[in-house]
Amino acid sequence: MATQNIIARSATTTTPPSIRQVDEVAKLIDVSKCIGCKACQVACSEWNELRDEVGHTHGTYDNPADLTAESWTLMRFTEHENTAGDLEWLIRKDGCMHCAEPGCLTACPSPGAIVQYANGIVDFNQDKCIGCGYCVTGCPFDIPRISEKDKKAYKCTLCNDRVSVGLEPACVKTCPTGAIVFGSKDDMKHHAEERIEDLKSRGFENAGLYDPAGVGGTHVMYVLHHADKPSLYADLPNEPAISPMVSLWKGVTKPLALLAMGAAVLAGFFHYVRVGPQRVEEEEEHEAPAEPVVKKQDPAVHTFDPRQP
Amino acid sequence: MRKDDIQRYNANERSNHWAVAILFILAGLSGLALFHPALFWLSNLFGGGPWTRILHPFLGVAMFVLFLGLMVRFWRSNYFSGNDRKWLGSLNKVLRNEEEGVPPIGKYNPGQKLLFWVLVVTMLVLLVSGVVIWRAYFSHLFGIELIRLSALLHAAAAFVLVLSIIVHVYAAIWIKGSFGAMMSGRVSRLWAKKHHELWYDEVTKQERK
Repeated sequence: MATQNIIARSATTTTPPSIRQVDEVAKLIDVSKCIGCKACQVACSEWNELRDEVGHTHGTYDNPADLTAESWTLMRFTEHENTAGDLEWLIRKDGCMHCAEPGCLTACPSPGAIVQYANGIVDFNQDKCIGCGYCVTGCPFDIPRISEKDKKAYKCTLCNDRVSVGLEPACVKTCPTGAIVFGSKDDMKHHAEERIEDLKSRGFENAGLYDPAGVGGTHVMYVLHHADKPSLYADLPNEPAISPMVSLWKGVTKPLALLAMGAAVLAGFFHYVRVGPQRVEEEEEHEAPAEPVVKKQDPAVHTFDPRQP
Repeated sequence: MRKDDIQRYNANERSNHWAVAILFILAGLSGLALFHPALFWLSNLFGGGPWTRILHPFLGVAMFVLFLGLMVRFWRSNYFSGNDRKWLGSLNKVLRNEEEGVPPIGKYNPGQKLLFWVLVVTMLVLLVSGVVIWRAYFSHLFGIELIRLSALLHAAAAFVLVLSIIVHVYAAIWIKGSFGAMMSGRVSRLWAKKHHELWYDEVTKQERK
C-alpha cells in the first residue's frame, strides 16, 4: 500500500508523500490513576511478539530494570516524600513520547529509517536502519535502544499497525484502570483538563498536563499530579528539547559545510584555469644536457636505385 | 628522471603516505555518506548503510595509526622557522605563481607545515570523538552530553580535514613535480632550488662533504 501520510522522513531533503490529511492522535497516561500492574508491558510484548530476556531485580519494582530493544515500555516507580511527610508512590509508564519535533529523526543519517506520520506517530523502519545509534544521541527522552541481536534501533511504535486500522494501542486496550486512554490529540487534551480539575479539587494544586513545548508537543502525554516538577517522576525531563549540540550538528552547518567543500574544489579548478600550473621552466630543465631520444644510426638495409646517378 | 635528481622521500615514507591517503579516501567517503543526506549514496560503495556504519570506524582507526607513522617521520621538519612568517605574508604572490619577493624556504613551506599541524589536531579529535560515538563498542561508557558533543566535534574535525586535503591535493596538481616526488621519491635539482631553496642548499652542502 502506498504511504501518503508521511510528514517527516529522516535524512530526506525533499517533501515526503504527505497529501493525506488525518487528525493527530495522542495517548494520554494519567499517572494518578496508574496502579503499576504492568499489564501495559505485557500487552506490549504480546502484541508486538517481543520476549525480552528475564533479567535480575535491582531492588525496586522496575522490571525490567530499563527499556531495551525488546521492552518498549516500562513502569518506572519512584518513592517520593511530599512536604507533609507522606509517601507518594509515583508510577510512570515510560516509552517513546512521539514528539512533534523528534530528535531521533533529526539525527538519523539513513533516508527513511525514521518517519513521522501525519497522525503524529514517529516510527522506525528497521530494514533501513544502519545501527549507528544517532537516534539515541538525538532523543531528549533516552528512549531508542539498539538491539544486541541485529544492531537495529527499536522503540514504541504507538502500535502504528493497530492505529492505522482504527484500533487503540495494545497498552491502552489492556489498562485495567483506564489510566491510559487514546484518541485525537484534541480530545485527549480535553479529557486531561477534566482530570486535572478533579486532581486540583482533591488537593493536587500543581496537577497539570505534560505536553512539552520544547519538542513541539508530544503524542504521548501525561497527567501529572506534580506538573511543576516532572523530574520527580523517574527523571522525566522538566523542559525537554533537542539538544543545541544536536541542532548544531544536524542543522544548517551540514549544508554549509558541504557547500564549502564543493567551493574549495571549484576554487582549485578555477585557480588552475586562471593562474595555471607552477612548472620548473623549460629552459631551466634543458640547462642540463639532455640525451636525444632517438639516435641516428646507419640503416641496416641499404637500397640500390639504378636510376640514381 | 635524471641521475642527479635529489631524493626527497624514501620508499617507506612514500608507502606510509599513500597508505594513509588510501585510508583517508575510504574513511572519508564512508564518513561523508553519513555526513549529509545528499551523499548517502556513497554508502553503496561500501555495501550499503550497515556496512558503511560497521567499516567506517575501523578505517578511521587504521588511518590514525598509520598517520602516527607520518607524524613521527615529518614532525621535526614541520617546526615553523626563519622565513616562514615572511613567506606567508607573500602568499598572494605565491598564489599568482610569482617568485620575486617570495623568501626562500626549507624542506616544507609554511602552507605544508600548517597542513601538517592541522592534520595532527584533526586526526586526534577524530580519533577521540570517534571512539565516544562508536556505538557498537564504546558509547555505553559515556554520558549522553559527551556523546552529543563528540558527534558535533567529529563532524567539525572531519570537515576541516577534508577541506585541508582538498587544498593539499590541489597543491600537488598545481605545483608540477610534487606528485612525482611522492610517487618516485625524487625531484629535479631545479625543482628543489625553485620551491625549497634552503633545503636544496642543505642537500648540496651535504653532498659536497
